[in-house]
Amino acid sequence: MQKITKDQLVEKTVALLSDGTVSAVLGWSRGEFDYDITPAVFKTAEDLKENFVWNDFCGANFSKYLVAQTGKVEGKILVFLKPCDTYSFNQLLTEHRFDREKVYAVGIPCEGMADIAKVKEIVGDGIVSIEADGENLKVSTLYEDAPALVNAKDVMAERCVNCKSKKHVAYDELMGDDGEVIESNRFDEVARLEAMTPDERFAFWQNELSRCIRCNACRDACPACTCEKCVFDNPASSVENKAPANSFEEKMFHIIRAFHVAGRCTDCGECSRVCPQNIPLHLLNRKFIKDINEFYGEYQAGAEVGSRAPLVDYTTEDLEPGEVFDRGDKDA
Amino acid sequence: MRKVSLDSINKVFAKISESNKLYLPVDGSDGVAVYTEWSEGKEWSNALNTVRSPKDFFFPQMENLMEFKTSGKNIELVDIRDEKEDFVIFGVRACDVRSFDILDRVFLSDPVDSFYASRREHGIIVSVACSKPSETCFCKTFGIDAANPDGDVTAWKTEDSVYFVANTEKGEAFMKKIEDLTEECDDSAVTAQKERIAKIMEKLPLADLSTDAFGGGKTDTFFNAPEWDELSQTCLGCGTCTFVCPTCQCYDIKDFNTGNGVIRYRCWDSCMYSEFTKMAHGNNRLSQKERFRQRFMHKLVYYPENNEGIFGCVGCGRCLAKCPISMNIVKVMKKIGGNKSE
Repeated sequence: MQKITKDQLVEKTVALLSDGTVSAVLGWSRGEFDYDITPAVFKTAEDLKENFVWNDFCGANFSKYLVAQTGKVEGKILVFLKPCDTYSFNQLLTEHRFDREKVYAVGIPCEGMADIAKVKEIVGDGIVSIEADGENLKVSTLYEDAPALVNAKDVMAERCVNCKSKKHVAYDELMGDDGEVIESNRFDEVARLEAMTPDERFAFWQNELSRCIRCNACRDACPACTCEKCVFDNPASSVENKAPANSFEEKMFHIIRAFHVAGRCTDCGECSRVCPQNIPLHLLNRKFIKDINEFYGEYQAGAEVGSRAPLVDYTTEDLEPGEVFDRGDKDA
Repeated sequence: MRKVSLDSINKVFAKISESNKLYLPVDGSDGVAVYTEWSEGKEWSNALNTVRSPKDFFFPQMENLMEFKTSGKNIELVDIRDEKEDFVIFGVRACDVRSFDILDRVFLSDPVDSFYASRREHGIIVSVACSKPSETCFCKTFGIDAANPDGDVTAWKTEDSVYFVANTEKGEAFMKKIEDLTEECDDSAVTAQKERIAKIMEKLPLADLSTDAFGGGKTDTFFNAPEWDELSQTCLGCGTCTFVCPTCQCYDIKDFNTGNGVIRYRCWDSCMYSEFTKMAHGNNRLSQKERFRQRFMHKLVYYPENNEGIFGCVGCGRCLAKCPISMNIVKVMKKIGGNKSE
């Protein structure tokens, strides 16, 4: 259950549109069901009142949309940012990917977003409505007479279960209370993979990545992937490919992408949220984050604008490459 | 009509596997159903459907077409086509069975795609009626009966039994193979199930979705509709909708340099991609709006225009479930069709 209500957000937004502070709003638009929510650009109060929605399925991170939308809108665009979205927002600013002056950022608290797949695991298919009801979600289906009550915590998306921060690191205006950076268990799964033998780990990733259909959703949703032309889409690059041609190539795509966003990935979790094949792609990125933390000291991409990421900074304290090699598994 | 008890269904699978490769939905390590070759120990999934459609069996995501081998000044052309043996796809839902018909009209039209044709000829389709459709299902919109799917054999799964009816010669041959394992029965259980499913279909949230506004000859009606801007404004341009779609049939043909030759391969392509149908003069659809429009115009206008009014969508609902931004053909139909019905 989200603490802030849809009505509060609509009221705030309509006021900012009416007084000319902003000319457009990046928000969530209702769908056919209660969970299929589409990011949308709202320009009128009528549209907002009719279609704007804020509920436990508003997972999409809008930061990346600012790259394209700030160029399209006259005046400022309002963007709603959940705490984790603000890290992506800052990281994009650090990389000069959009004009901060064109944006009015409204921070909103988040109690964690639900994963519809987890809801369906518990209540089954044929969902006709989902309503927030205190700590629970009240889910009605075609196949049960009475609605099922599901605790929101039991159906929370993986990235929210392992939420790293309820604190907003960027906003022009904050609605509701700000939270704190959280001691999460987000590296536990990485540690589990590290503890495997190289063969076990290879088998794990082989199994996961073999499901990849190369739809590029992970890349296209990723706020760290904002290249105008991705090397994998460029026919002149020699690595352009529209299908995983073999098991090597299918792994290469994801590993190259993880390397490319290393030090810039804020761990927002969009890659795994959008993967149609349920590949836990965020674990590749988290491995890099964990390593960077261990090699260079704690670093959170996007925590502040303009920070120098360890991988693009040099200090005399930096560890030598040999130390990394010694620490690694030489049999791997 | 013949039946086998659900407890003995693995015996049917074992029997078929003696002579043919048998593929059916099996739950994978992540709990999601995937078409998998049956072997002892594999269980037929209870899932409504697979994320990845069975179009792979006839139109795989990647296939090698031919090989060029060079030595000195000679180039050898190698035909690497392997003649397919008969195979069985078991448990195909009504929507996906219809998708094969839609693919046929593309690949089996002159000039016939011999790679596709060979697989179609060797594939035996055992469909299964749906018993618990999802809220995302809208096959009825396209005249598909989830309770009575086509295919070489149609099956109905009840709580304790699986019922079979053969529809084609291939289907008769399939039934012959499992004759000893099945018993003749009346159709009362199947009739009851069909009635139950029909009632559920009426209650589905998308039951009233209509194609009336769409079809051939409607290009001018919709091409410049102002709604495309809004519908496409947050499209990521990924290929999820096209790759989970059982009817998307676009592909690219490319040459892979092996170092001492070339392998010419074909792979799925997506109209959502920036390099799609790139030509010598450049790209003919420069914006995501144009690419997005192409996909839906193809399904709702261009395809029916060229195929006797048949739409290029089967209402399987995969794109509804999988689009990262939850934009899909239902939202498009309601948005542009709602204002444009004639």
